[in-house]
Amino acid sequence: MSETIVIIGAGQAGGQAAETLRREGFAGDIVLVGEEPHIPYQRPPLSKKFMAGEMPLERVYFKPPEFFETEQVELKLNIPATRIDRERKIVTLCGGEELAYGKLLIATGARVRTLDIPGADLSGVHYLRTIADVEGIQENFAEGAKLVVVGGGYIGLEVAAVAVKRGIDVTVLEVEPRVLQRVTTPEMSAFFEQVHTEEGVKIRCGTGVTAFEGGGKLEAVVTSTGERLPADFAVIGIGIVPNVDLAEEAGLAIDNGIVVDEQGQTSDPYIYAAGDCTNFPCVPVGRRIRLESVQNALDQAKAAAAAMAGTPKPYTQVPWFWSDQYNLKLQMAGLNQGYDEAVLRGDPGARRFSTFYLKKGAVIAVDAVNSPPDYMVGRELIAARAEVPPETLGDLEVSMKEIRQKYT
Amino acid sequence: MPKITYIEHNGTEHEVDVPEGWSVMEGAVKNMIPGIDADCGGACACATCHVYVDDAWREKTGTAEGMETSMLDFAEDVEENSRLSCQITVTPELDGLIVRMPRSQH
Ligand SMILES: Cc1cc2nc3c(=O)[nH]c(=O)nc-3n(C[C@H](O)[C@H](O)[C@H](O)COP(=O)(O)OP(=O)(O)OC[C@H]3O[C@@H](n4cnc5c(N)ncnc54)[C@H](O)[C@@H]3O)c2cc1C
Ligand code: FES
Repeated sequence: MSETIVIIGAGQAGGQAAETLRREGFAGDIVLVGEEPHIPYQRPPLSKKFMAGEMPLERVYFKPPEFFETEQVELKLNIPATRIDRERKIVTLCGGEELAYGKLLIATGARVRTLDIPGADLSGVHYLRTIADVEGIQENFAEGAKLVVVGGGYIGLEVAAVAVKRGIDVTVLEVEPRVLQRVTTPEMSAFFEQVHTEEGVKIRCGTGVTAFEGGGKLEAVVTSTGERLPADFAVIGIGIVPNVDLAEEAGLAIDNGIVVDEQGQTSDPYIYAAGDCTNFPCVPVGRRIRLESVQNALDQAKAAAAAMAGTPKPYTQVPWFWSDQYNLKLQMAGLNQGYDEAVLRGDPGARRFSTFYLKKGAVIAVDAVNSPPDYMVGRELIAARAEVPPETLGDLEVSMKEIRQKYT
Repeated sequence: MPKITYIEHNGTEHEVDVPEGWSVMEGAVKNMIPGIDADCGGACACATCHVYVDDAWREKTGTAEGMETSMLDFAEDVEENSRLSCQITVTPELDGLIVRMPRSQH
């Protein structure tokens, strides 16, 4: 008799794991449990084409509904798992139903970090993580409406880009001195601030939010600089918190995420985890990290599913990420934390350039704006820990093809 | 619905109906056809949806432009008829299209 694999979390990692289990030949039962009412879907379009109304819901879904029938993946949607009993190997769902597992995958993702300030529960104040959140935000899309975006990270800036194109009056508040401060160089931040300003978005850095005001519905946002900005709606994008509660209550090792190895295995050999909720040893980066990206969710889910199916393929990929704003495609690879030198290649004025990050001479990360060659070759340089002289990286006379040939 | 034939690198053929307006990539991924990874879901950000367009169809699918060209430039085993399948939109004219998959997407 083959065992049952239960997956908690029907998101990007959960959906990918179900697919990979079947591809790797796992023939036992698969049960996919999800708190949301939807089959697994892709989140990136939520702040891009889906939010802009340029992509129908059916294309946002990771797989069509028939996939789950054909591949015999049992869906339990619209219901959260509430408990993991490791001794009896049972997952309990809200309402009391019990699911026995041979192996378990936790792919619970993350939830938005919330702002605990007066008025945060007013109607018109939104967060962005799910399809339901987008639907709530879109109800406010009317020409001339006033939107305050709280948080100048990728999601906040993408929302600003979509909204301003719809004729909405957009102000972005960022508490740090510059947007994208946590993830990129001052030059790159300045570039994005300038593009948004040119497109008509008002960017206020060094400005936090102290309260939302209104009688039932949002009317104004009060800032840390003492201003009162009239607003019809607000979108808060200030980061996420990994969903580790179930794992923690079950006594699994937690350290800024559920602790797993290269195979996605937790401290319990019958339990695996993948996606935003994990803390894993990132091979190319050489230390433990937690990531919030599609690449990580998919690659880690593939590794965990392969290991669960008995055909291990460890997770060793270089992290990568992208962001779309206006006609800009930002592509990033590697992690730049701890860099000691940043090299500019290309011309920000032409909206086509990149930043290479070096640490002790080796390329550790790249941020490329409308520059796929820099990104594609950058990925290889990072994987190879290539030591490329900064003056070579910055020299447009030397093509990325030549750099690839010489240094990888 | 237009029919598209996907041929895996090992020769296995899959003929499926793909709704108009979808991309050729989506036709494969949503039908469990192996050989196209499409990690970025069609954002032209990953180059893991590389296919070879059958010569008879190259005119109708058009050729790669802009971002797609420069992504393809750095993919593996690229040929003249290479495309990123997420950048080919399915239209009635593409009924009967044949695409082949490369050895690997990575
Ligand atoms: C608006 C937005 C834009 C983004 N853009 C990009 C981008 O451009 N590029 C990129 O690489 N990444 C992007 N990301 C990040 C990326 O989407 C996430 O990293 C990815 O979805 C993580 O996948 P996951 O499966 O770990 O988590 P999720 O996709 O969040 O899935 C987890 C699922 O588990 C469910 N769940 C949680 N607890 C339980 C429980 N107890 N019982 C049952 N179900 C439960 C949740 O409801 C959720 O559906 C974006 C994210 C957002 C929100
Ligand atoms: S799906 Fe990523 S580039 Fe086509």
